[in-house]
Amino acid sequence: MAERGAVSTGPLDDLGRSCDLRARQRDGAPCRVLPLAAEQDLARETSASLLDIERAALASGILPERYLRNTTAFSLTDQLALLGASVLVCGLGGLGGYVVELLARVGVGTITGADGDRFEPSNLNRQLLATSATLESSKAEAAAERVALVNEAVIFRSISHFLDKDGFAAAIREAKADLVVDALGGLAHRLALQQAASEADLPLTTAALAGFSGYAGVVFPGRPGPANLLGAGDAGAGVEETLGSPGPTAALAASLLAQLSLQTLTKKVDAQNAPTLVFDLADLTFEQIRLA
Amino acid sequence: MITLEVKCFATLAKLAPEGGTYEAEDGLTVGGLMERLSIPAGEVKIRFVNSVHVGEDHVLKDGDRVGLFPAIGGG
Repeated sequence: MAERGAVSTGPLDDLGRSCDLRARQRDGAPCRVLPLAAEQDLARETSASLLDIERAALASGILPERYLRNTTAFSLTDQLALLGASVLVCGLGGLGGYVVELLARVGVGTITGADGDRFEPSNLNRQLLATSATLESSKAEAAAERVALVNEAVIFRSISHFLDKDGFAAAIREAKADLVVDALGGLAHRLALQQAASEADLPLTTAALAGFSGYAGVVFPGRPGPANLLGAGDAGAGVEETLGSPGPTAALAASLLAQLSLQTLTKKVDAQNAPTLVFDLADLTFEQIRLA
Repeated sequence: MITLEVKCFATLAKLAPEGGTYEAEDGLTVGGLMERLSIPAGEVKIRFVNSVHVGEDHVLKDGDRVGLFPAIGGG
């Protein structure tokens, strides 16, 4: 994880006065909770950002209230690591919309979302951010607006144009990313994104779907991933052109993609046990496979 | 004779053996199984046997679980 500087606690040292003891840590010990209203007051009273306040609180063993139900699935240490992390999400459609939503709600501190596309009517069946209000508008801008609504502590940067391999590499650098998320649609650019992550020595999480089937996985630098096997498809698309992309499959694949991203950021998976899961909702098949 | 458990994903599902099991003679390879099931080799991108990706020339054993996965890229 890239070091983003020590957490400054200067004007926040007396955080404890705003806290009560509602949460429990994994070992059962009580944990102080910073109420959301107190956090917002503190941001108004000081020049500190909500993200800095939340990180300072966690560094002092105090859990911001918005993350109360993250515990104890995520420990305070995990939560602090997530708030200090930067993730680049490429693709903000059926997968990326849900992924950004979940990463922001769990509390990944900095998210860069890239998509040059605009919403169209065929997105309405599955894409979280596609609504009658957002049709024809930028997916990247819609994601920025959504993150501001669901977690105002998260820093969200949008890239509202399509990226090629050089663009992926530049976006990874500019985001100072700890993790790259492949939430792209189609097969044409997935290998280029995997290679860009590998060349930046970063892990990549990836998922795709067609009909009721899909996969999700983690790819560590220099290791093979699904993109190495799946090819570029016919005119850049896979069998989803025939089977479609129904909402439940998209939401499941996105949830797996978000969870694998969080596990990677909190060091619960590594190159030796990097999982790839294939699934079929038609008969509820779920199987972890090894690609090499 | 060997009995295999065969799972075909997405567009390949319609070519799966009935009941998901297939009986064959010893020595059958994954590629040979695909041919028997009339699954074009070009349509299968990930072949896994007992959860591990293998080549088409992988020789199958009794009780093996075979998974065949096409080019899925939707997002």
